[in-house]
Amino acid sequence: MPDDVIPSEEIHKEPETPNATHAEDEVVEACRERFPTAVFHDSHGQAVVYVDRGEWHGMAAFLRDEQRFTQCLDVTVVDHLGDEVRLAVEGVTPERFEVVANFLSHPRNRRIRTICEVPLDDPTVPSITDLYPGISFGERESYDLFGITFDGHPELTRILMPDDWVGHPLRKDDAPARVPVAFKGTGTPR
Amino acid sequence: MTERTVTGLPPAESARLERQTDEGAQEMRHVEREMVLTGGLWPEDDQTMIVNMGPQHPSTHGVLRVMMELDGETVLRVKPVIGYLHTGMEKTGEELTYVQGGTNVTRMDYLAPLSNETVFALAVERLLDLELPPRATWMRTLLCEISRLESHLLFQATNGMDIGALSMMIYGWREREEVLRYKETVTGLRMNHNFIRPGGVAADMPDGWEQATLDLCDLVEKGMRDYEDLLSENPIWLERLVGVGPITTDQALALGASGPILRSTGFAWDLRKAQPYLAYDEVDFDVIYTQNGDCYDRYLIRLHEIRESLKIIRQCVERMPAGDYRIQDRKITPPPRARIDESMEALIHHFKLFTEGFRVPAGETYVAIESPRGEIGCYLASDGTGKPVRMHIRGPSFYNLQTMDAMVPGSMVADAVAIISSIDPVMGEVDR
Repeated sequence: MPDDVIPSEEIHKEPETPNATHAEDEVVEACRERFPTAVFHDSHGQAVVYVDRGEWHGMAAFLRDEQRFTQCLDVTVVDHLGDEVRLAVEGVTPERFEVVANFLSHPRNRRIRTICEVPLDDPTVPSITDLYPGISFGERESYDLFGITFDGHPELTRILMPDDWVGHPLRKDDAPARVPVAFKGTGTPR
Repeated sequence: MTERTVTGLPPAESARLERQTDEGAQEMRHVEREMVLTGGLWPEDDQTMIVNMGPQHPSTHGVLRVMMELDGETVLRVKPVIGYLHTGMEKTGEELTYVQGGTNVTRMDYLAPLSNETVFALAVERLLDLELPPRATWMRTLLCEISRLESHLLFQATNGMDIGALSMMIYGWREREEVLRYKETVTGLRMNHNFIRPGGVAADMPDGWEQATLDLCDLVEKGMRDYEDLLSENPIWLERLVGVGPITTDQALALGASGPILRSTGFAWDLRKAQPYLAYDEVDFDVIYTQNGDCYDRYLIRLHEIRESLKIIRQCVERMPAGDYRIQDRKITPPPRARIDESMEALIHHFKLFTEGFRVPAGETYVAIESPRGEIGCYLASDGTGKPVRMHIRGPSFYNLQTMDAMVPGSMVADAVAIISSIDPVMGEVDR
């Protein structure tokens, strides 16, 4: 059993500086070469790539297959309806929703975040579950709470809310207390 | 005879039956032979049974519902159904100011609340580009490790309970109780502390904390020897856990696993070491990892991580720097209570901070730390007001639950209980 304990120096032999994500680094350069329309942003020292919806899947495939990003840790959505000030990134046309995916590369010990803008009238994004099966729950949660459809997801059903729930509760225009209740004598649900 | 593995007779049994010289046995039709061996008709391939385990089941750690497709006692497929504890905490997070936010996130992973508070506070501080005084950083390191201790001790207890080692349950709760008592002396509450806040921590360490911390370490270490004596070499324990629920590194990575599940597959990934935050780059500790990826390894990793946590805690006691425990910016942290009676500015700052909070410049960030269960991340988007536009917590249990797909199929129902236990999910964090 004690041989389970391995001195830490032997594990991470080549420590790279954490969060060393500047606009000039090699991953960003490679992405820029492959996806000329992608926009880069240095968000408090973290590399962020704004991609078009059409390139969402291609970017994930590129990150996984060519840039050794081993895990997609998280997918989430931001609803920007009614923002007082919105972060303005040059070259990005803001839409109501932003779908955010966080990638981690274990061999290179670094992260990258991809964001795509999604309008309200066509809230669809290609699913990346074929590349990263572990993101299935994240995409289901985003669908459940924001109503973003992930094209190609094998089982895009509600995950946190009940199956018969109407609406997507984390949208800013979805009032959390608006639950239809049929009070006695009123006839119709409120 | 065709080879049958999951349904029907195993090849060895069939061969044994073929060899029987008894005329009666030879004349029996195949189905009848199976009746002799199994005491009943073996279900055909399309006659599998769907069984719901949970949402109210002692082994599912809260309200996890697991749908299992069974063939006899073998699990063919498994599907976790979650959402029973969904209380809309991320929606609530959008309604609370950054000062109040800690009270919300601390209730997510209620077994390691201080990790949640830390990741939230770090995310807010990154948006504000704040630099913390060293004492605040070291206190956070100490408290995060206390949290890890608490969580892993409770894992030992519940894991023992699920496997049937009931005395282990008592032992684990015994030590955890002492950890909670210690946390009460430091933070004022046993759980849901809201002690680690943007800008530092809520209060300084109490008098005599050094000795209290060291006493706690000794006590937990003594308890750990009990666990090891009781379980690590126990033949029943080994029989129940070794080789059960195996998972490979590739599977774990693909399914989004992190923490002890990933480390049990021989992949030494620990954010404390790989991407150090707080004061983890200054303390000496080892990353525990094992090679087999089974339930026993996950038990072992959590057991040894307790020891590493104790190591870090002792170093924190030894090297705790003097100084301030929070930044002295009255726009972020409140003035001392005594100042409010004498200074009008202090009163105004106090009032503004606790009614409106502070404004955070527009931006977005993702901060991840190593919680006892794996990578806990906080994605925070701000629109320049006092409340976040989006406060999302990437719960490690939420994604770790998916590894059931790789671990459970092919095992027995009783093993499924052991596997769920070894994932160590906290439903508060899964459902949020």
